[in-house]
Amino acid sequence: MTADWLEVWEVAARSLTVAGAATLLAALFSLPLGVWLGSRPRRGGLGAQVLLYAGMGLPPVVVGLVFYLLLSRSGPLGFSGLLFTKAAMVLAEAVLAFPMIAGFTMAGVRARAESVRRLVRGLGGCERQVLATLLWESRRPIVAALAAGFGSAISEVGAATIVGGDIRHHTRVLTTAVVLETRKGDLANAMALGAVLLGVTLVVTAVLVVWGERR
Amino acid sequence: MKRTAFLLVFCSLALAAGSMRLATTTSVNDSGLLDYILPGFTQETGIDVQVIAVGTGQALAIAGRGDADAVLVHAPNLEARFLKEGKGVDHACIAFNNFVIAGPAADPARVAAAPDAVAAMRRIYQTGATFISRGDNSGTYNREQQLWRAAGLDPRGRPWYLESGSGMGATLTLAAEKGAYTLTDLGTYLFVKSKTGLADLFNRPDPLMLNQYSYMVVNPKRFAGLNTAAAYELRAYLLRKDVQRAIGEYLKDRFGQSLFNPLYGRCKEEVKP
Amino acid sequence: MIRARGLLRRYPGFTLALEELAVEPGRFVTVIGPSGAGKSTLLRLLAGLERPDGGTVQLRGRAVFVDQDRTVLERSVLANAAFGLELAGVSRKQATRRVLPWLERVGLADKLALPAPRLSGGERARLGLVRALALEPDVLFLDEPTQALDPGNVALAEELMREAHRAGRTLVLVTHNLYQARRLGEETWFLLGGSLLESGPSAVVFERPRDPRTRAYVAGEMVY
Ligand SMILES: Nc1ncnc2c1ncn2[C@@H]1O[C@H](COP(=O)(O)OP(=O)(O)OP(=O)(O)O)[C@@H](O)[C@H]1O
Ligand SMILES: [Mg+2]
Repeated sequence: MTADWLEVWEVAARSLTVAGAATLLAALFSLPLGVWLGSRPRRGGLGAQVLLYAGMGLPPVVVGLVFYLLLSRSGPLGFSGLLFTKAAMVLAEAVLAFPMIAGFTMAGVRARAESVRRLVRGLGGCERQVLATLLWESRRPIVAALAAGFGSAISEVGAATIVGGDIRHHTRVLTTAVVLETRKGDLANAMALGAVLLGVTLVVTAVLVVWGERR
Repeated sequence: MKRTAFLLVFCSLALAAGSMRLATTTSVNDSGLLDYILPGFTQETGIDVQVIAVGTGQALAIAGRGDADAVLVHAPNLEARFLKEGKGVDHACIAFNNFVIAGPAADPARVAAAPDAVAAMRRIYQTGATFISRGDNSGTYNREQQLWRAAGLDPRGRPWYLESGSGMGATLTLAAEKGAYTLTDLGTYLFVKSKTGLADLFNRPDPLMLNQYSYMVVNPKRFAGLNTAAAYELRAYLLRKDVQRAIGEYLKDRFGQSLFNPLYGRCKEEVKP
Repeated sequence: MIRARGLLRRYPGFTLALEELAVEPGRFVTVIGPSGAGKSTLLRLLAGLERPDGGTVQLRGRAVFVDQDRTVLERSVLANAAFGLELAGVSRKQATRRVLPWLERVGLADKLALPAPRLSGGERARLGLVRALALEPDVLFLDEPTQALDPGNVALAEELMREAHRAGRTLVLVTHNLYQARRLGEETWFLLGGSLLESGPSAVVFERPRDPRTRAYVAGEMVY
């Protein structure tokens, strides 16, 4: 029993680190993009907006399959040996979180872009200061964006299974463990793991929100 | 330059761990057999076996792209093709059990009274009793298709013929919900029996109901970077007398019968490329 | 000093076009005209916040612009007041020391830690004014800073503007309060439909305007 719970915590911790790393990796690129797109006049960003919003609907299994084919030994990046590792899961889930974070950030920044730009420029600030102020002023929508990105990464199972392989002690995360227990017909275990997954998501989101509400 | 260094770190991590990847079927993994026998192997050799449990079709596809070092599967015809295509070498039969036709205890198609497996399938077809197929490319699905072919019947498109598209455990649960028949491996059936209440209506020796598990090493000539040495070590370990005996003992106490009967490398059904 | 020549700005359904404009250093200019006349647009162009489609604007000295929307940042009142100084690279400690007297003058000293978005409309207007004045700029562009303020605070805001004027700053004030425009302005511009209809010493514009439409407008009649 204790060993079982030890393994649950191991899997939960892995879920947290994989989804967290994916969110950070995605944020590294999508936050600047979202702020930049949101701060530009609407007309120019329309195509990007369509792409990002459509990207939020990217099917995880398809993303997983693409990464599988890329990282497979028979694929172009096979030499990296990344298939069936946590790193591969982080990459695939970062791609899934990217449009979420960029899209929500863009929408949040856009709501304040015009008035903040006028304020900063009106007080003699430069364009770089406009962007920095916008970034800070949009922290609530950005927190929402990060929470959505993290939520999509940690709750995702299609890509995690295909590129991770659900290898015990290596790439098993909460979602793939739920699939495994369901497959075995152990629905009580599956539910318990699902509850842990919800708990982890809840705690992380709470931390993000509290952090974003700080003055 | 920098990126190559970054990727190299990952490579060396994967190799330095002294690990190999085994692509296998859900029925082997989910029964707990691998968790039962692999720790001994790791202790002896220091090799960590990373198990990827998927359907037999997918396991062979993964191995066929060089993404696993060995496979443990149960679909002789697919195994033969895998060998013939030069993707696998050194096929070895590890264990067997039998497939079971499970269904509602009331048995409307009177499967229990059928003289053999093909006749049992024919009875289901003729009564139009609901039948749930895995509908994937698993070993079990493969066997089901073989049975229909042997009976000269094609159930596809019939209103009573449903495809679940999910694993064996989930399919059995679904069959119980719908009061339907399904073909299952013995192991998974025994595991979920108490939860589903399905009866094993056809569970008798029959050459067409043989469920044989085999091990193959992925052809090292086709892919660079495989851990073939470890794959051969695992092959030797699985065929060792004491390990084979242990396989035969696995969960025998709990179910009153062997879940996996050792084959000591001697196939019951021949697998020829 | 502000100088504009051949200024042109086009929006869908609106065009602002001006021949020539000049403001000598230290002058106090008031801008009047009906809603939609282009006052804010002109102010943004002069302050360099928007590029004209034609013509040139010359602006000498450090200018600050206070917008009509009373934008505040999602930070404390104190941080908002110090924001301009912070943009200029003044340390937070220094900036706080410099804005505190200003906040006291406009009666916001007891709300330093309050998030600025919770301020009332009038309080925001005072905050915007203080944020600009604390920078001690050469030129102040003010877009309706006393709109919807109570009489006491209008008097306070006018006193602050007068002080800035006495300190030698140049002011361009847009207002719908004709009495205020008259009271404060040394010079008044009347805008209508995107054109500068009349400009000159405030006394002249209000008492002896050349254009009949200006006369009607300053008399409180509707002009469109
Ligand atoms: N960015 C813009 N895009 C399109 N039209 C604009 C834009 N900014 C202003 N306009 C239009 O230009 C005209 C002049 O606007 P402006 O804000 O300069 O008027 P105003 O004189 O300041 O009015 P008010 O007294 O109501 O503030 C209006 O018809 C307005 O709709
Ligand atoms: Mg205006």
